[in-house]
Amino acid sequence: MELPATVPYLDWRWDDLLFLLLAGVLLGAALLVVLGRDIIRSALWLILSFAALAGIYGLLGSAFLAISQVLVYIGAIAVLILFAVMITQSKRGPAKLVFNRQWWVGALAAIGLVILLVLSILLTEWDPTATVQVADARDIALTLFDDYLFAFLALGVLLLAGVIGGLYLARRDDDMPMTNIPGGVPDEEEAV
Amino acid sequence: MSQSLEAYLVLSALLFGIGTFGFLAKRNAIAMLMSIELMLNAVNLAIIAFGAFSAELAAQFSTIAIFVIALAAGEATVGLGIVIAIFRNRRTPLVDEYASMKE
Repeated sequence: MELPATVPYLDWRWDDLLFLLLAGVLLGAALLVVLGRDIIRSALWLILSFAALAGIYGLLGSAFLAISQVLVYIGAIAVLILFAVMITQSKRGPAKLVFNRQWWVGALAAIGLVILLVLSILLTEWDPTATVQVADARDIALTLFDDYLFAFLALGVLLLAGVIGGLYLARRDDDMPMTNIPGGVPDEEEAV
Repeated sequence: MSQSLEAYLVLSALLFGIGTFGFLAKRNAIAMLMSIELMLNAVNLAIIAFGAFSAELAAQFSTIAIFVIALAAGEATVGLGIVIAIFRNRRTPLVDEYASMKE
């Protein structure tokens, strides 16, 4: 079946429609991450926003980066965050107050920052190419292992240091009084 | 619209703003780390959009974006390790109850 050149009834191009859909999903999921009360649901919405962003990378012609986004963010970072949430969540469920007392200052700062960024984007004379330039994996590999070889090796050392540091920080130290005993966190908060 | 640089940059700015608000307003340390991930994603989107609309540098920008993704993975590891280490001692993930670290 042949698709028509534009979306029926709306006269939009198909990739415009796809862009709007993905951008809506991305921003909606990101807002739910920030505004939601349950932190487990926040983490799951974060996964959806990563997936929508991978779709946008595909729309930008970077299939390799879309795959990297799915592998690294959804496959590794999201799982890491979910584990950390499950370790640190008390059994009583999510806290009542998810925002601190000065949340409105943060809201003002974020809105001001967005206005500043959008104004500077729209007022700048960009010189973009007319269509999206596709970077395939071969070009990226040639750049990565030629021009940026030293940075690539340094990045490997940095990741090793990150793994060792993370293990050291999260290590179970038998001399210290422990709180993560089976059965949940002791009920100290009730006394407070 | 999907062929204009400005649309992607505005989307990236909005995502960065959402991440900024989350980082400043949330009480839970892990939620703050999630907001940092949102901000890193916004920056990555801007980098890839610049690369996709430049004539010859598409591969260079993609390489930089890969570096950012790898650094974000390292940052998540160390950040969550720190949060879990503090949680061991203070028994709460809420940052405004870490006030005694000031003393």
